Amino acid sequence: MTPDDVLKTFITESRELLEVMETDLLGLERSGAPEETLNAIFRAAHTVKGSAGMFGLDHLVHFAHAVEGVLDAFRGQQLAVTPDRVSLLLRCKDHLSALLDEVAKGQLVPSPALAALTQPLALELGAQLGGPASLNPEPTAAPSGAWHVSVRFQPGVLRQGLDPIAFVRHLGTVGELLGVSVVEGPRTEDPTDCRLGFELALRGPADEAVINEAFGLVKDQCRLWILPPGSPTSAFLRMIDLLPEGPQVLDPLIAATGSVELSALQKARQASAAEDVRTVFLFEDLEAEAKAATATSSPPPQSPTNPSATSASRTANTTEAGSKEGRTLRVDADKLDHLIDLVGELIIAAAGGQVMARRASVPELEEVNSTIAELVEEVRDSALQLRMIKIGGTFARFQRVVRDVARDLGKDIVLEVSGEETELDKTVVEKLGDPLMHLVRNAMDHGIESSERRLAAGKPVRGTVGLNAFHESGNIVIEVKDDGGGLDRDRIMKKAIDRGLIEAHESLSDEQIFRLIFEPGFSTAAEVTNISGRGVGMDVVKRNVEAMRGSVHVRSQPGQGTTVSVRLPLTLAIIDGFLVGVGPTSYVVPLETVEECVELKSEGEAHYTNLRGEVLPFIRLREVFGLPANPNRRESVVVLRHGNLRAGLVVDTLLGEFQTVIKPLNAVFNRARCISGSTILGTGEVGLILDVAVLIKDSMQRAREHEDHPGTRSPVAPASVAS
Amino acid sequence: MNAANATATNEPTQYLTFLLAKEVFALQILSVKEIIEYGALTTVPMMPSTIRGVINLRGAVLPVVDLAARFGGPPATVSKRSCIVVVEHEEQGRHQHLGLMVDAVNAVVEIPADDIAPPPSFGARIPTNFIAGMGKMGTGFVIILDPQHVLSTEDLAGLVAASAAVAPAA
Repeated sequence: MTPDDVLKTFITESRELLEVMETDLLGLERSGAPEETLNAIFRAAHTVKGSAGMFGLDHLVHFAHAVEGVLDAFRGQQLAVTPDRVSLLLRCKDHLSALLDEVAKGQLVPSPALAALTQPLALELGAQLGGPASLNPEPTAAPSGAWHVSVRFQPGVLRQGLDPIAFVRHLGTVGELLGVSVVEGPRTEDPTDCRLGFELALRGPADEAVINEAFGLVKDQCRLWILPPGSPTSAFLRMIDLLPEGPQVLDPLIAATGSVELSALQKARQASAAEDVRTVFLFEDLEAEAKAATATSSPPPQSPTNPSATSASRTANTTEAGSKEGRTLRVDADKLDHLIDLVGELIIAAAGGQVMARRASVPELEEVNSTIAELVEEVRDSALQLRMIKIGGTFARFQRVVRDVARDLGKDIVLEVSGEETELDKTVVEKLGDPLMHLVRNAMDHGIESSERRLAAGKPVRGTVGLNAFHESGNIVIEVKDDGGGLDRDRIMKKAIDRGLIEAHESLSDEQIFRLIFEPGFSTAAEVTNISGRGVGMDVVKRNVEAMRGSVHVRSQPGQGTTVSVRLPLTLAIIDGFLVGVGPTSYVVPLETVEECVELKSEGEAHYTNLRGEVLPFIRLREVFGLPANPNRRESVVVLRHGNLRAGLVVDTLLGEFQTVIKPLNAVFNRARCISGSTILGTGEVGLILDVAVLIKDSMQRAREHEDHPGTRSPVAPASVAS
Repeated sequence: MNAANATATNEPTQYLTFLLAKEVFALQILSVKEIIEYGALTTVPMMPSTIRGVINLRGAVLPVVDLAARFGGPPATVSKRSCIVVVEHEEQGRHQHLGLMVDAVNAVVEIPADDIAPPPSFGARIPTNFIAGMGKMGTGFVIILDPQHVLSTEDLAGLVAASAAVAPAA
């Protein structure tokens, strides 16, 4: 590991820890303040502090230290956990994240803007403790100004051609070696065994990472203890306890290096029970090294809890992390994306092989190819599975949002989350955040009524916003639920009529009316927003979701609340399509929009057909695409359903279902209508993915324009509810 | 840009020359990725004549620009010698790949920087900002194209949008 890698690990881990901290802080409010949670929060802050110290990020250390102070007071029950204090700590957590982000960008010293924020927060923290916060950690017990490094080599080191002395010599180049004691291990039968160990006192600019780095080559084959300058005697005691040689041998050897006085060691041993370890940094092998960040540094000096409990919990934490590590693997997201790209190519290539085999009509070849195709499909599913992540992480973020927004609104609202285990593609999750945020805020702002109104309606004062996720027929459905007043049907109708979106005499189903809230511009109407009509930017939500080939539905019961469900494909990389041919080109219609296919019974110039007694308006693709009519061929109609609309799509040929990889189109086509992407067919040709939503919308638009000339175009009619 | 680079190093630079409506044009060889036979092109509906369609180049879908139409002339006709020149150009930090349909590819030539004259202020049959310079070859000139302008995504997307808005009403 290079120092850079170590820093990266530190940042990733610290970010995770801060997330844990946030979740737990939020948990404090709901579940009271169990000791376990308090400890977990404390540990998170503490570990961040400790690891930051390893990198000399003093500003982080000092600030985290101040945070720790308050957390520790929580643990010691000198301070009660109040919502205000939790808010403060949440802000501190945000600040730590911000500081960390800067470090991630390579800024090891905080920017003035952030630095300016540190002091007021620290003062606030200090105020909680009833005194000015010290932004500096307590001075250390005995500043000797040198690191103490203790190293024991594994027996196999020499056989691997590694010379222990070389590492000591190398240490001498990163700092000044003040004292070296050689520790000899017990004799073994094999004369090639290495029995060496060293106790070293090292002065210099080196930080812990540098020292670790010096032993980088043998890190798997040595045990390393590093005590920072000024470590209390107790740290030495603890280290000696962990070393096999025992105090009798080691005490004089360590004292000889000058790191610590012999008398001090002996005196301290007698009083050691009450002292805590300053820093023990050990790493035996890779795994331990990964855990190292959790094992550094100590609780702050004012910690009143007994040290053995702290170290016990620390150990527990470490073991947990270790066992988890065995089961999961951190993989660079780019590598996964690349794998999925390759699998996409594989699907296309396999499809090509199948087409060729069919053409060659060699049964054996066809058989082999279909086996390949099956395998490829499995590979594809597994590859996509790799990129699936649980939605719980996204949901968890909303605890904070709900809490903060509820405070701002002065409402009492809790978030109930279910279905956290539901998995979906990372790329979908990334794009889901914004629309969900909108929906949740809306539910809180416009859905949940004020406390007075809730009381008057006989509901519990505390409103509930629910997030739920589940899988349904190859899609994921995410529901945002509230138990508020529900949508006001009449208000929406009135507003829509005012805006000319519908005619006054139109009779619409509830769902059709509720869909109106997604109309652009509809939402910005302050009038509707103030009452209960929901709103700002619902059209944006719809657009974002549709851009991911998803759909949005609203259900609402007056007085009981509203549920918005967002339905999304599990992945954006692959599409289940229905292939149709128009002229020389093949087009893909997303399968989820296809209801059925029928033969077109032409009825002259009219753009509708009789589908089992119902009028089905249709769109002639040839017409839309400006191609000449196809006189002597039978045409087919693909019956599409988009939202609650149903329409036919007249095409030349039906080529069947298939699953394929979506290829993004060049930016040149960004403003092309009707085409949302492309794919590569088994023949190697490019197929174009039709944007059904735009096709239908354009047809309706044209129908509206032609309203004065009935008969030229027919509008796409709402599908009957019966179907 | 190309001409400027060449001047700075004062070394001859290689250009790919090709035919388009009986006129010779050149592109700096560094922007040319490969040359493929014209064929297996998928037409995209409601596109301006400038966008010939899309092709599958080893799994990537590339738009093919009809250069003749891009220069304001009639769309090129497909002949035996028709080719697609795949070019790479950088726009807003992103590498864009496009195919250029040309009537025929001639040769790779070296044109020393000294032999490149600035574009004429008028008189060329194509818009002046498409021209990076006029390369002297034998007795005549070849027009060295400026890919930044000829292949500007912004411009092409504008054409696409305009075409898409008109097409459905037609």
